[in-house]
Amino acid sequence: MEELTKVEWVRLPLSTNYAVAYAAKDADIDIVSAYPITPQTTVVEKLSEFIANGELKAQMIHVESEHSALSAAIGASAMGARAFTATASQGLELMHEVLHIASGLRLPIVMSVAARALSAPISIWGDYTDLMNTRDTSWVVLIAGSAQEAYDSVLQAYKIAEDSRVLLPVMVGYDGFLMSHTYEPVSVLANSGAALRYIPKKVTWATLNPERPITVGAMANPDWYYEIKYQQVEAMKAAYEVVKEADAEYGRTFGRSYGIIEETDTDGSDLNVLTYGGIYGTLLESSEIIRKNGIKAGFARLRLFRPFPYEEVLKLAEKSSALVVLDRAITYGMPIAGPLAREVISVLYSHGINIPVYNFIVGIGQRSFTENDALKVVSASFEMLKRGQKIDESIYWGVRE
Amino acid sequence: MERLEVRWHGRGGQGAVTAAVLVAEAAIIDGKYAQAYPEFGAERRGAPVVAYSRFSDSPILTRSPILNPDVVVVLDTSIDKSIYTNGLKEGGTIILNSSKDNSEILSTFSGVKAKIAKVNATKIALDTLGSAIVNTAMVGAFVKMFSVASLDSLNEAILETFSKKVAERNIEAVKRAYGEVEIVN
Repeated sequence: MEELTKVEWVRLPLSTNYAVAYAAKDADIDIVSAYPITPQTTVVEKLSEFIANGELKAQMIHVESEHSALSAAIGASAMGARAFTATASQGLELMHEVLHIASGLRLPIVMSVAARALSAPISIWGDYTDLMNTRDTSWVVLIAGSAQEAYDSVLQAYKIAEDSRVLLPVMVGYDGFLMSHTYEPVSVLANSGAALRYIPKKVTWATLNPERPITVGAMANPDWYYEIKYQQVEAMKAAYEVVKEADAEYGRTFGRSYGIIEETDTDGSDLNVLTYGGIYGTLLESSEIIRKNGIKAGFARLRLFRPFPYEEVLKLAEKSSALVVLDRAITYGMPIAGPLAREVISVLYSHGINIPVYNFIVGIGQRSFTENDALKVVSASFEMLKRGQKIDESIYWGVRE
Repeated sequence: MERLEVRWHGRGGQGAVTAAVLVAEAAIIDGKYAQAYPEFGAERRGAPVVAYSRFSDSPILTRSPILNPDVVVVLDTSIDKSIYTNGLKEGGTIILNSSKDNSEILSTFSGVKAKIAKVNATKIALDTLGSAIVNTAMVGAFVKMFSVASLDSLNEAILETFSKKVAERNIEAVKRAYGEVEIVN
């Protein structure tokens, strides 16, 4: 507790994009490479401002595409730099092949993603289709629910990525626009240096150094490729514990921690709603009208998507009569099309838990989702639960067929 | 303070988004809770623009759009009235940028159950800034009507947002509108 008293904070009005930039500055990053894309752009604009006014000593690498942005971050990280980049939507898609290279090379890069819909048709608005497409890239994926949490998560992300048990890149996602461009109060460290007590700069990974030459990114033949990829499986398993440790240590150092699943009123409820990102705030504010309609609903928000937190999901499921899973992305061609719902169902099945999972697709291309929508979704689920009804297809909430 | 929900209507280039953000920033500097966000269209000069802000003494969690505002602030009355009065709470407030007589305003808004205030923000902006960017004048009128933020914090937010010279002119615009806003009904 002695440590806590020494930490000073400044409460600022910041958008989530700016909060992320403050965190990258406080992490004392050495390089940022990025290409502008809505709704990410103001993250790197703010960082270039910090560099220009001398608050951050880092190199801003302007590149011609997101493919190059991540490639430059990889090169810098391989030299031992603390590297950062940010993107969204089409930019994240253009990076896709490089995402696998960053994780395969085991480089602790941190990237923020202001989650946005994908073309075509063009939509600059938010949903989580871009981020969910990175599920199998072996990046650790955190999803924040507030600007404050995004700030805290970027600092935690370096703690996780650079842990020698992990050495994987980490993505910090949040709602494009609904969070990226919303101003709200955020407490940032008054003294940037304080963050480095939590994430001291120490190169824990293999780097390129002419005095100790190594080969990076070589060809792996069939006799070894499999084992190298299996190391990533093990690194992801280790990351699950390290994510919890990093959050707990953040709590001890700075007085804020989040856990893996944030929950409200989930004990003794009629049913529980599980989601990710900013929509959780709207759910919490819907609790009063839901209660007035005679339903006891609990709410839960997953803040770690990869590695998938099966233990916490099981604990939540064990105390739930039913789970209502709200997804802001579509897995095309699957009857249950919500990426989170699919993971939840797979975890429940393999542990013999047979409760109804009601999957609603909401907020696609930023279709608005209000407290009233929350009430209707919960009421519809509760009616199905009372009838003992299960679903074998996602419900596309509010779509005009 | 009970939660106050505000919708800002303007046209691209008038600074409606900046207005919403400035007041929220000032309220946060004062230690209150506030939230501000744009309607998130692709910004085009001259096109109708909407921004939102919420103010409260306790944390604001929702991220849903404001459908039933307590207050609408209208930077440009050439926008159709049905757009900016849509969903306004009964007994809510409309703050207009207008040079019209009270009687003319009252006849325009007959049947609208709202408190109406007006300020000639265009004139104030032309006098202080030399251009018709009316956002900070409307901010001055708004904080006079609803004391969600102190003028000191507002000035601080303006100084953070603009270069010193431009900030000083905007601070003057706020001050004038603060003094000149009048209740119509």
